[in-house]
Amino acid sequence: MIDAGSSATYEPGTVTAFVAAQFYLVCLEDGGFLAMSGKCTHLGCAVPWDKDQQKFICPCHASEFDISGNVLSSPAPRALDLFEVTIVNKNILVNTGKRLERTRFKAGQPVFPEIVKNRNKQ
Amino acid sequence: MKKGRTSPGFIRHIHPVSIPLKALELKSTWALGGISLILVMLLMGSGALMLFVYRPFPAYAYASVLELKNQYSFGQMIRNMHYFAANLLVVTVFAHMLRVFFTGGYQGQRRLNWIVGVYLFCCVLLSCFTGYLLPWDQTAYWAVTICINMFGYIPGGDILKGLFVNSHGVSEKTLQLFFTLHTTGIPSLMILFMGIHFWKIRKAKGVVTSGLNLLTEAEKPVMVKTNPHLLLREAVATLILVAFIMVLSFFFDAPLGDMANAGLSPNPAKAPWYFSGFQELLLHFHPFFAVFLIPFMLLCTLFYLPFIRFKHRDIQDEGVWFISSRGKKIAVAAVLFAMILASAFILVDEIVPDVQTWLPGVPVILSEGVIPFGLAALLVLLFHFWMKKQFRLSDAEAFQTSAVFLIITFMIFTLTCVWFRGEGMKLCFLGGCG
Repeated sequence: MIDAGSSATYEPGTVTAFVAAQFYLVCLEDGGFLAMSGKCTHLGCAVPWDKDQQKFICPCHASEFDISGNVLSSPAPRALDLFEVTIVNKNILVNTGKRLERTRFKAGQPVFPEIVKNRNKQ
Repeated sequence: MKKGRTSPGFIRHIHPVSIPLKALELKSTWALGGISLILVMLLMGSGALMLFVYRPFPAYAYASVLELKNQYSFGQMIRNMHYFAANLLVVTVFAHMLRVFFTGGYQGQRRLNWIVGVYLFCCVLLSCFTGYLLPWDQTAYWAVTICINMFGYIPGGDILKGLFVNSHGVSEKTLQLFFTLHTTGIPSLMILFMGIHFWKIRKAKGVVTSGLNLLTEAEKPVMVKTNPHLLLREAVATLILVAFIMVLSFFFDAPLGDMANAGLSPNPAKAPWYFSGFQELLLHFHPFFAVFLIPFMLLCTLFYLPFIRFKHRDIQDEGVWFISSRGKKIAVAAVLFAMILASAFILVDEIVPDVQTWLPGVPVILSEGVIPFGLAALLVLLFHFWMKKQFRLSDAEAFQTSAVFLIITFMIFTLTCVWFRGEGMKLCFLGGCG
């Protein structure tokens, strides 16, 4: 279980790397959080986030993924794996022991802090 | 007791007392089998020396390779020799296999020996692959990570993958297993297979040579004594080869990157060159095809090859390069076709967008696998039957033509990956490859 700190510290539309645990914490434009494995689903290379191009580009076989982990360019066969995210009192916890394989991004996957509305008010 | 010019006793376990003069001609064998044997011996010698210094643990492996370089006289030289001999061995055993194939030396009583040879070839590749991880540098770590993840696409491969990696990926477990296989398991198997391989050559009355089968009982081929004719040549070849490896090792160092870092894949991350052909295939086909189906089909063909009965092929063309002079000409044509078509295939696949972008709903196994593979297979079949009809080839010649086509295609793929793939595995040309 990795404590990624307060959800308020992450800007929407940003990707934060957790190098030691080898995952990315993604804050989507709508404020939803995804903890994505940093390993390419093709053959397990470490995939860096290219901030300028706004995509994950695998150095090994040129697979590309968008910010939500969807495959933009093959050969990767499926979207980047997810780890379980729980948000308790704005505090983000990532369980790197629980890996979820998925074919593509779906609406139910991001986890929202329960106080999104409050943030809009602030 | 005077022995005269016969061979010392132990040599006679390997060579007969006399051999056909024809077998001595360079173009019969190009001495590739013998060269491979010398390289294996060099590898075992240099490898044994490195065992005194190397430590097979992730925390110490890289440091011990540096220690070998910095603290031992000729330490780096020994490592260089091991490196160059290993790389050269892949080339020589592959060339040896091609030589046997194109001189038809896999038929009749040599059939079983071809199979043993295929096993030996696999051992050499596995040996290179397991040895590749041992320096524990970035190149090693990521090449092995990629290759082990390939098992994930093979039916039942997850079990195999589980043998080599744990949840951290390539780790201490992997290194220890690879080290043991590299230094004990595979060499033992190789010694066993080499023994059978050489014994089988003796049983088949030496290497395959053209024309000998055409002689009647009364006509005897011109024979020469093994000692000195063969032994002298072998000694000279050995000395030249050892000198060559030593000069290379003196002037060039075996590469060693930064220490392995599990969080950073180098860009581009390339497989060792002898697997580059498959890495290039991966850029065009779904991994199930690139690293399972295609290699599996290749291996099946290699094992099945000596048991194919070609119509109109008889023992007379054994030892004749490319079956016939026509076979030779057609082979050259196949080389040209393969060079053009394979390069065109790579270029077109780079320019044309993925099938996935045209047909977004189609599963990747179809869009990246069945469809491109089907197209490629169709192309090869068309080539096979068109050539066969156009030039009225016999079954054996047509088979050989397609084999040449596929071998050259694979070589083009290998060269493309080694020389023309730069950052992000995008195509690049010499200057722009960084």
